[in-house]
Amino acid sequence: MSLATLLVLADGRLPSGGHAHSGGLEAAVSAGRVGDLDAVAGFLRGKLHTAGLVAAAFAAAACANPARWAELDEGLDARISSPALRKASRAQGRAMIRAGRAMWPLPVVGRDPHQPVALGVLASAAGLVPLEAAVAAAHGTVTGPASAAVRLLGLDPYQVHALIARLAPDTDRIATAAAACAHDPADALPAAGAPLLDIGAELHATWEVRLFAS
Amino acid sequence: MHLVGGAAGPLRGDDLRLDIEVGPGARLSMFSVAAQLALPGRPGLPASRFEIHATVATGGTLVFHPEPLIAASGCDHRASTTVTVEDGGTLLWREDLVCGRHAEPSGAAHTELTIHYAGSTLFRHDLTVGPAAPAWSGAAILGEGRAIGTLILAGPDLPEPRILGDNAALMPLTGPGRLASAVGADIRQVRAALDPLSVLSSPALLAP
Repeated sequence: MSLATLLVLADGRLPSGGHAHSGGLEAAVSAGRVGDLDAVAGFLRGKLHTAGLVAAAFAAAACANPARWAELDEGLDARISSPALRKASRAQGRAMIRAGRAMWPLPVVGRDPHQPVALGVLASAAGLVPLEAAVAAAHGTVTGPASAAVRLLGLDPYQVHALIARLAPDTDRIATAAAACAHDPADALPAAGAPLLDIGAELHATWEVRLFAS
Repeated sequence: MHLVGGAAGPLRGDDLRLDIEVGPGARLSMFSVAAQLALPGRPGLPASRFEIHATVATGGTLVFHPEPLIAASGCDHRASTTVTVEDGGTLLWREDLVCGRHAEPSGAAHTELTIHYAGSTLFRHDLTVGPAAPAWSGAAILGEGRAIGTLILAGPDLPEPRILGDNAALMPLTGPGRLASAVGADIRQVRAALDPLSVLSSPALLAP
């Protein structure tokens, strides 16, 4: 366990392509579902308790046993209904593996695993424990859309960051729950879905002009 | 075949289970005569539960297209479904959930759906709504929507993926399956988006 190493992995400036994705927020803004700070708060909290929980569980499981990466990767395929979101997750996983190889010796994983699997494998290679992989994964699912909210809606960045701070206790609880099931079979891992994220991502993928890749 | 509820509910404390087995070459269409209305029941009892296990053999077809589940205010209901389809089987599985009766807050409902096809997990999805579910009515999960429809198609001969409306899409799963998902202010919007894809459920089309 190394707190400094955890910060390296959870740093938003890690060159793993996350800045190109709004985590579904751009679609929600365009659909008129998110237009102010309160709606961003609801979006982030819902995302944390669904996609965030799933990402945390799969990152923790991959960290606990990187050799399970292929089984976990299939488990995420079954959970991410939108092909646009699967593509975005794999693109970020590929970038994360690439960044990770420069930092630590990584075991053999596929070319473009899903992002939470890549994160868990990196965490393991960095000597981190499943709980740390889980907290980085859960945190990462809200920081992306939060920074996108500032850009898309021109919101006060201080207020938006305050939302992330308020979600920290939930993030910790989710990471703890995720780490507790790190050794469960893939079918038993959390599968909390967010239907509007899936549908929104499919609509977003049809746009000709968009600010974010997803 | 139509399912008929013999009593009100499910109510808190109820523990229901349905097993469906479709053999090789068999076709089964299951509907229900009325919506399933999850009600509060006696306080202090455990959540009502409805567990469904279904299997479809090679060459078999299962159409499961019940009326919606309505989570009445104050209910506490958990539905868990596992469908296992062998390679070469065909599945049409529909699940609609309405969050509260007209103009009332939603009760607590948790649904779990797992579909296996040819030995792999094709689809795994849980949804939790109601007073204890964090941000379920936030913009990421259901937003202003109070009805959600899920249609899984699995097997050969799948329709082309496409957008079905502002809040509905037909998506290709990884593997031989499609998910059509629709969120609406009410069940009519969900039906408008999904029913055209449920043509298999028309008894006339299923007649030999």
